[in-house]
Amino acid sequence: MTSASLTRRDWMGLLARAPLARLDTHWPDEPPAFMWLRAPEIGTMMVQGRAGAVGAAFNLGEVTVTRAALRLSCGTVGHAMVQGRGLRKAERAALLDALLQTSAGPELQARVLGPLQAAERAAQEARARRAAATKVDFFTLARGEG
Amino acid sequence: MYVAVKGGERAIENAHGWLAEARRGDATVPDLAVDQIREQLALAVDRVMAEGSLYDPDLAALALKQARGDVVEAVFLIRAFRTTLPRFGASAPLDTGAAQIIRRISATYKDAPGGQVLGPTFDYTHRLLDFGLAESATPAPAPEAPSSLGAVPHILSHLGEEGLIQPEREGGAEVPDLTRAPLEFPASRPLRLQALARGDEGFLLSLAYSTQRGYGRNHAFIGELRIGHVRVSAYLPELGFEIDFAEILLTECETVNQFQGSKSEPAQFTRGYGLVFGQSERKAISMALVDRALRTRELGEDTGSAPAQDEEFVLSHCDNIQSSGFLEHIKLPHYVDFQAELELIRKLRRRAMPEAAQ
Repeated sequence: MTSASLTRRDWMGLLARAPLARLDTHWPDEPPAFMWLRAPEIGTMMVQGRAGAVGAAFNLGEVTVTRAALRLSCGTVGHAMVQGRGLRKAERAALLDALLQTSAGPELQARVLGPLQAAERAAQEARARRAAATKVDFFTLARGEG
Repeated sequence: MYVAVKGGERAIENAHGWLAEARRGDATVPDLAVDQIREQLALAVDRVMAEGSLYDPDLAALALKQARGDVVEAVFLIRAFRTTLPRFGASAPLDTGAAQIIRRISATYKDAPGGQVLGPTFDYTHRLLDFGLAESATPAPAPEAPSSLGAVPHILSHLGEEGLIQPEREGGAEVPDLTRAPLEFPASRPLRLQALARGDEGFLLSLAYSTQRGYGRNHAFIGELRIGHVRVSAYLPELGFEIDFAEILLTECETVNQFQGSKSEPAQFTRGYGLVFGQSERKAISMALVDRALRTRELGEDTGSAPAQDEEFVLSHCDNIQSSGFLEHIKLPHYVDFQAELELIRKLRRRAMPEAAQ
């Protein structure tokens, strides 16, 4: 599915934005043991906009997020900050973040991140095709003799 | 003397019991699921998120169900819930230029690069009631056309290149936050924009309309109105890099306004700006018009003092939770206050009309 492997920055974002149902689909039958460094916690992030889209930053409003951090028995640390209120989603994202850094990474990239990325891309393309169908084609009506 | 009275517990409990039953309505009609509200009353959900100042469609849908569809009550529930959550930090300022557009129109340039994209709009509908919706039906899939996934540039950036529109200034390092510090006047533009973004749509619509009718006229063109999905990113200190942790739907409006020039500024176009959670173009346009009206002092305009230009008037009254809180407190018992007023009126009447009192 993916041509190049994702960086940690990219996969953390991808996991954060994915719906829980989709993370569940790709969940291993026997997830590895881990220890919480920060149990999943629901909170908010303040979203900032810019005056006139490019000027001074201002506080637009908050968005709900859930964050978590954990450590695998091998010592690898996984973090998550995911959109919405989802304790289980944050747990899964943090565990995947840790596993993706281990030797299991390349296999997980293909098995989990590939489908997630494809699903996100498909949703974007579906929206873009609908938007394109509503693009206005102007034409000039014949004008009177001048 | 303050007299405390107790009582009414059972009446209150029973009233809430009735409220729960009334909320459910006729039990032979199927119960409304929260995801039905989220998906099918999406614009009400968007309004609750915008004025509740919290982006979470599931929570906003739940609030609407609990509030029996009363939008201001739902906003109140969201604001109250928000206070129970810790805030982990702030995002990087949004790059709305990178939005994935579902709608994008300009009233100033017909052939704007990227084109005029109508999106799922009520515009050009005939506003005739569709009785077909009374029956359950699945519509045909929306038409599609080939598309490239590129971002479209902001239209006003073209005017900026020619120097014909006032450039936006960079802000300070500190972004003011009215949820953390009380509002003080004069308020900076970032603070005003925060207040307007969470302000009541109806109030801002009326104020914006008042500027169009001549109370602080500043003729506005819609330079660009865009609705799209925007990634939200934040720097996570424990990781040392930024991640795009969320994607939200936003409506943005940029107006281009006439400006004749003043003692301090040359003749040029000026800007108004609106940015709102969800799909809410009436609110975004209203916000942009009121933002521009509130800039009258910094632009040195000599246009008098219309209500929409008075920042203390606008910002102190635009929050519907503050307003309805104060408004509705007069429902609460004022028995003692009123007794005092009653005594006073009787005394004054006895003094003015001694014969009538006998």
